[in-house]
Amino acid sequence: MHPFAYARATSIDEAIATVARNKSARYIAGGTNIVDLMFDVVERPSTVVDINALPLGAIEKRPDVLRIGALARMSDTADNGDVRAVAPFVAESLDASASAQLRNAATIGGNVLQRTRCSYFRDVTQPCNKREPGTGCAALGGENRMNAILGASDTCIATHPSDLAVALVASDATIETLGPAGRRSIPIADFYVKPLHDPSIENVLHHGELITSIDIPIAPALANSHYLKMRDRQSYEFALVSVAIALAVEGGAIRDARLAFGGVGTVPWRSHEAELALLGRAPTPEAFEHATSIAMSGAVGREHNAFKIPLIKRAVVAALSKVSA
Amino acid sequence: MGYTAGVHKKNDGVSRRGFIAKTTIPAIAVASGIGVPQQADAASPAGGAAAGPITAHGPEPFRISLTVNGVVHDLEVEPRVTLLDALRERLHLTGTKKGCGQGTCGACTVLVNGRRIDSCLTLAVMHQHDEITTIEGLAHGDELHPMQAAFLEHDGFQCGYCTPGQIMSAVGFLAEKRGLDEATIREQMSGNICRCGAYPNIVTAIQEAGKSA
Repeated sequence: MHPFAYARATSIDEAIATVARNKSARYIAGGTNIVDLMFDVVERPSTVVDINALPLGAIEKRPDVLRIGALARMSDTADNGDVRAVAPFVAESLDASASAQLRNAATIGGNVLQRTRCSYFRDVTQPCNKREPGTGCAALGGENRMNAILGASDTCIATHPSDLAVALVASDATIETLGPAGRRSIPIADFYVKPLHDPSIENVLHHGELITSIDIPIAPALANSHYLKMRDRQSYEFALVSVAIALAVEGGAIRDARLAFGGVGTVPWRSHEAELALLGRAPTPEAFEHATSIAMSGAVGREHNAFKIPLIKRAVVAALSKVSA
Repeated sequence: MGYTAGVHKKNDGVSRRGFIAKTTIPAIAVASGIGVPQQADAASPAGGAAAGPITAHGPEPFRISLTVNGVVHDLEVEPRVTLLDALRERLHLTGTKKGCGQGTCGACTVLVNGRRIDSCLTLAVMHQHDEITTIEGLAHGDELHPMQAAFLEHDGFQCGYCTPGQIMSAVGFLAEKRGLDEATIREQMSGNICRCGAYPNIVTAIQEAGKSA
């Protein structure tokens, strides 16, 4: 690990001021992702600013929104009664993530910013446009079983690894931030950036901008939701494919449907076209298979990951059986 | 890397609070145009005066204190030293094991404020305000912790390398009160790998310790 300096922030303003003035400074909260990447020398910050003392850990249910503080730990968020009632698939996505030890350390803000698990990104001897723009993509013709089939380009096919972000995309969550230029409320649909020209840019945050909370607008469909994760082993593994489903049905017809997918996209993937095709229809497996076909219409399977296209349809049908139709 | 390490019982001699107060990083006034733009100040949830950047320590070693098993240790570490390496290499508490060093195996599991975490993926300097418990802190003198006794009773190990991490994780798991059925234990203990495959006996040991807890 390269040497770096350390500062512990006791106020939000001083944390932002400290990171904003230094291009190679990074925030650290749980540390589970950035420390790992510092070991691999993928991350080489000159300074880390410890934000664990900041008052950003509360989970608060308001009349129309569930606010999850950026420093809420994954385990505390998953166990929170309001989270489980408002959007069970958010809690389930966290339960299905990482290990108990990591969930106790890692934060919600850090979770949505975690870097890809593409093995070439973490191997500094390999070309990787996400790590070193312009060097190429070793995954295109390499071991790409875990890589993306949607939202990819010839520069990068790395998946976004967060389970939580998939449920948040389906929830119409907003990422609340504070930065050198003030406060922003960023719809999560606008937060992640697909890898077109520069895969090193993964989201719209500016340097020094700090996530303060993630807000979920309360909606009836979210209370009837499920997160299903398919993986190579039953626990403590990243998704091959995953599905976040939420459903509101009235008089046998779908009134609100949310469908988002993990493990398949370079960003957490949601298809409004697929959801639109479900409105007014009966919540049958056939309807959802059809909707999933729409969502996967641009999918490109490669040597080792083409299995994801049929697998995701089966995952959607399995997930549908877990919500009340 | 040179370092010094001192040991004193909590509340004996230098108090922890007093020590932390002395080592708290001071906020410095904003000067020479490095300040925060006005909007950020206006948007500050704290609503207070503008805050400037804070002084960072390191990368050279600096003095910190860690409270481990109820004992306050003074030591000098570089910021890049993980909690695991500080425990093992500086404080010579080698019961906590280094396995993968990337949060995969759980051999380095310790309790921080009663919650289990992987000590390999966190920095020692981040834990000056925390109570850390390692495998060395579980027993009361010659009296084993019930989880240690249950692992012995049920052969919850073969080579033993993962065992301190398994036991610390299991103690943390029981404190979480998630139930004692086998599926729950296996899911919640999935962050601890045992290459010898002692899992059935580990599950039994946890169930027994959990029943008597």
